[in-house]
Amino acid sequence: MSTTQIIPGNKRQLKNHTSLRQAVSNSLTMAYRGLLKFRRTPEQFFDVVLQPILFTPMFAYIFGGAIAGGVKAYLPIIIPGTLVQTIITASVVTGVQLREDMEKGVFNRFRALPIARIAPLAGALIADTIRYIIAAVITFAMGYLLGYRPGAGFGGVVLGGLLVIVFAWCLSWIFAFFGMIVRTASTVQGISLLVLFPLTFLSNAFVPIKTLPGWLQAFVRINPISHLISAIRQLTTYGTFGHDFWLSLLGAAAIVAVFAPLTVRAYMRKA
Amino acid sequence: MKQKHPDTAIEARGLVKTFGDNHAVDGIDLTVSTGSIYGVLGPNGAGKSTVINILATLMKADGGSAKIFGHDVAEEPQVVRQLIGVTGQAASVDESLSATENLIIFGRLLGLNASDAKKKAAELLEEFALTDAAKRPLAKFSGGMRRRLDLAASLIAQPPLIFLDEPTTGLDPRTRNQMWDTVRRLVEQGSTILLTTQYLDETDQLADRIAVIDHGKVIAEGTGSELKASVGTATLQLELAKKTDTAAATTVIQKVLDMKVSSPSEGRITAPMTNPDLVTDLLVALRTSKIHLSQVSVQEPTLDEVFLTLTGKPAETEKEETA
Repeated sequence: MSTTQIIPGNKRQLKNHTSLRQAVSNSLTMAYRGLLKFRRTPEQFFDVVLQPILFTPMFAYIFGGAIAGGVKAYLPIIIPGTLVQTIITASVVTGVQLREDMEKGVFNRFRALPIARIAPLAGALIADTIRYIIAAVITFAMGYLLGYRPGAGFGGVVLGGLLVIVFAWCLSWIFAFFGMIVRTASTVQGISLLVLFPLTFLSNAFVPIKTLPGWLQAFVRINPISHLISAIRQLTTYGTFGHDFWLSLLGAAAIVAVFAPLTVRAYMRKA
Repeated sequence: MKQKHPDTAIEARGLVKTFGDNHAVDGIDLTVSTGSIYGVLGPNGAGKSTVINILATLMKADGGSAKIFGHDVAEEPQVVRQLIGVTGQAASVDESLSATENLIIFGRLLGLNASDAKKKAAELLEEFALTDAAKRPLAKFSGGMRRRLDLAASLIAQPPLIFLDEPTTGLDPRTRNQMWDTVRRLVEQGSTILLTTQYLDETDQLADRIAVIDHGKVIAEGTGSELKASVGTATLQLELAKKTDTAAATTVIQKVLDMKVSSPSEGRITAPMTNPDLVTDLLVALRTSKIHLSQVSVQEPTLDEVFLTLTGKPAETEKEETA
């Protein structure tokens, strides 16, 4: 053991507040931790890496012929669909992970450290953004391998990817909030998938709306996921910002406006 | 509350914490001077962890106040956090990461740059003999290795005050001795340590002062010898070679010690050992009376006896409150 003497407690000059710089640095460290953990957690790896690799060709080959008369013609429809489905599902992890962390002893250590209180939450949200980017890149790459050549080119793809990432990030605040208020991590997972499964499937992700019965068409048309998918199709195929794009952004902003304050308040009460 | 002594590391007055109907901490006072080891002794559920949680800013007290080196835990929590290290049940490490990764992350959070954090992690792993296991998943760590890593993680910032929440519970005797040596070395470097334990033996070995707590209250406080004097003495256990000697032996012992002794079973005699010098006289007297012994042992008061004496009832083991 080193022989350096410890500076006595009453001889230290200390401040009771955390600077913004420290908060940013702490959050980045927590994000780094999130990514390290992500690499070690096979389920999460499955969500953002294997799911797009499996689902994209699977849906393309199953539905392609029936819906669009061929796989190639179907790709502009299905790629935005699986992209949104994968990334939106991945956004649940924010809440699950936070809940899991807060149940463990290591969270107490973070709370006893002189770090920015918000860092574990902020770090989780930053790490998630990187997971979404990975999922988006893999989905588009799979599409490319299957012959997907979007009309608006690389720029449209980047914009479409950005839109879904921003949307998922905003959405993850809802799950983060669930993470704060429910008792266990599996509850977060359960509730979230119960909500997301119908939302992603009862949308225009896989089939054209006009093939659905009338009552379902009504639901699918107001489903925000449909608007998000339409916006991404417009961006990737035509490179245009339609009203779906603005609606999606507005919806995402509304979610953050409501859930960010709620989550931060619930979080700070525990942190 | 004004701090009376500048060299006081912890000063807690009337701490109260309730969980529903459970008075986990019910008016606890503690004064710990800088550079000492303070032992908080009590059974499961006595409120030990809750006290640490309050002092370490992890929990807000419902009543009373506490200062760490003169800084109030409720008013200046962020200052207090710069002065403390927390280890054990109260704060742990990340199981899905390796030992090195854990220490690097804590180092970075404490403001070290990437290379310093790496260096510090390697240094601590070396000090705690964990270098060989540095990259292994924590799931494969033994209990002793986990405790050492827990403690290493608390020492990154060289805090002047360290909380050890049951640092040796569940460890084998050898690992336990290693942990004790580490604690002693920390104090030599100028750290102050507050540790909780269920073992009287541990406070005996380490602590300068001890508080015995039960049901959220301090029921005795003092140095180890003060406490022992107040709770009872060691007992001398004699086993006779011939059971038929029991009555004769009892008479001899009562004469030498000048007090009543009991015989729990034929051939066995238990006598309080208030004055160890008298043991020599006793053995000589037994030899003179031609009473042969098959075994002699000294029984230290156990935590159960401490509790029995202090509370009039045996120590209850309740589920330790979490969170």
